[in-house]
Amino acid sequence: MRSRRRKQALLAYLLLLPAMVLFGVFSFYPFLRNFKLMLYETPPVPGLPAHYVGLHQIVPTITSTQFTQSLVTTLLFVVLVVPLSLLAGLGLAVAAHRKLKGMAAYRVIFSSTVVSSVAVAAVVFGTLLNPVVGLLPWLGINPTPPALESSTWALPAVALLTIWQFLGLSFIIMSAGLQSVPDELLEAARIDGAGPWTRFWRMTVPLLSPTIFFAGVISTIYAFQAFGAVDILIGNQNAARLHTNVLIYNIVTELQIENNDGAAAIMAIVLFFILLVLTILQLRFLERRVTYAR
Amino acid sequence: MAQVSLDRVTKQFGDTTAVDNLTLHVADGELLVLLGSSGCGKTTALRMVAGLEDVTSGSVSIGDRVVNDVDPKDRDVAMVFQSYALYPHLTVAKNIEFPLRQRGVDKEERATKVKQAAETLGLATLLDRKPGQLSGGQRQRVALARAIVRQPLVFLMDEPLSNLDAALRVQTRADIVELQARLSTTTLYVTHDQVEAMTMGHRIAVMSEGKLQQVAAPEALYARPANAFVARFLGSPGMNLVEGMLVESGAPAAEAETHRGALSVAFAGASVPLPAAVGDAVRGSGPEVLLGLRPEALHLSQDGAIGATVIIVELLGAETHVICHTETDTTIIVRQSASAAKPKIGEAVRIAVDPDPASYHLFDASDGTRLGGSA
Repeated sequence: MRSRRRKQALLAYLLLLPAMVLFGVFSFYPFLRNFKLMLYETPPVPGLPAHYVGLHQIVPTITSTQFTQSLVTTLLFVVLVVPLSLLAGLGLAVAAHRKLKGMAAYRVIFSSTVVSSVAVAAVVFGTLLNPVVGLLPWLGINPTPPALESSTWALPAVALLTIWQFLGLSFIIMSAGLQSVPDELLEAARIDGAGPWTRFWRMTVPLLSPTIFFAGVISTIYAFQAFGAVDILIGNQNAARLHTNVLIYNIVTELQIENNDGAAAIMAIVLFFILLVLTILQLRFLERRVTYAR
Repeated sequence: MAQVSLDRVTKQFGDTTAVDNLTLHVADGELLVLLGSSGCGKTTALRMVAGLEDVTSGSVSIGDRVVNDVDPKDRDVAMVFQSYALYPHLTVAKNIEFPLRQRGVDKEERATKVKQAAETLGLATLLDRKPGQLSGGQRQRVALARAIVRQPLVFLMDEPLSNLDAALRVQTRADIVELQARLSTTTLYVTHDQVEAMTMGHRIAVMSEGKLQQVAAPEALYARPANAFVARFLGSPGMNLVEGMLVESGAPAAEAETHRGALSVAFAGASVPLPAAVGDAVRGSGPEVLLGLRPEALHLSQDGAIGATVIIVELLGAETHVICHTETDTTIIVRQSASAAKPKIGEAVRIAVDPDPASYHLFDASDGTRLGGSA
């Protein structure tokens, strides 16, 4: 009996091995490596060896203007992205939930942004916002400086792309949530005298709150980790000047341009803790207001 | 107070006809039960009265008003769903209050009415709970409270007892009957359970495949089913139906005009003589017929007319069901009292029919309609 259980456990670990290796190599090892890197200072000149400084570079790094500005930019970005992507996803899900002919085609279209790569999306958006051949000048909107070169509009432009990219997932999550709201409840509300608006706000939204909450957590994490959109749409020459220098982007710049592995590691760890605390807070704080339909 | 009328109502979903030319009148204050097996169109009919389904053709009226194009909220009906459809994020009090709130009833009046409804249904101590914290029976009562609180013209109930356990179902059945009698609100009650229908309905409308089979008071429905479907559907167990030939005995064919012989129904291994009153009523029909015999109209007797083999003997406490097969494997169930001698499984027995003419039901073998006068 015992040997059989051991065999089963062995098989389980064997089957888990590929996933463990992948996670280990690409997630756990780099994550733990950060904690070592943050103790070393790399000289700005390439080729010289890093030297141990202990915890001394932590405070200067996280109090630097570059870092605090990057943090503010990131928060602003999250505020722009999360509510709008949730609202848009919910709106599309409600629209596609109706039992109409040809709705399946719309569902495919709405969820398709999930499979689009950020590179392709960024190129398309870059073209749409291009001051010469884009959609904006075609619509007669031609701001100076152009949207992607303006310190006011560059971040919203990146946010727009990120919202669009997240829309597919948001739509899928919200649609799945809507399926779980029993038709009978809405019918009961209808007979009880509730109009479409009341049914939506007083029935659908409260019943959907676990889903909205889940999508909120996911999209917050997603927004905090935005990188590709900034990199392709704005590029590293302009990121800082145009206030699109979000945290991840700042980390990559620090690592690749400045060659400052220690500072980059510290920022990455800060980001990790921000996301950790945020997730715990959201789970704790929001869970109390969430109605789990039973 | 209002009567409900469905006038030649048809409902189609694509090519499927869910309700076919249904005409039904529910009198003011009546509790009418729509009875049928699942998929027979009874729930669709109810939903059309509620306004949750559009009518393909025909008209639905509540009171004197045709309501085909009236929104559900303006029909002044209340519905109790099979799943109760309580709002899980609202307390019991808010659930009951919801329809009043939607109709702009002021706060004080709302509080009074919620209290009344909650007391009527014994929910006064549960008002602050959420539906998830209630038992099935309590949820059911909340659904009822929400229905009665605004005193609608009509109650619509869609299998409200089917999610309750057996004991609670019997109790709640009586509660609903009592409540309906007290409020005398016109009620349309859908169920697939013939016991529920028999015990609750002032009248029962039996449906099958979208069509109305028969509407009558429970006793009449049981005593004179209009067709073989109704005969089989009502009663537990339902009526035994045996295919046979109507034959005349004791008179040569040549003398048939002047001398009327006794009629009997013959099938493999048996010839069941019909009482004169029954025979006269069905003379000239058939000759292929369905002979219907209620299990309680049968008993095992050595000189019985029907030969059969015992397959199963079911003990139900006060009574016993003896399930037999005829020579052609037609099932016949005999209900006998628990004190009667129990046959053994596999034993060859003879089944006798009570001589009362009311024990014999004859139906047309091709379309199942009742023979011998109207139902």
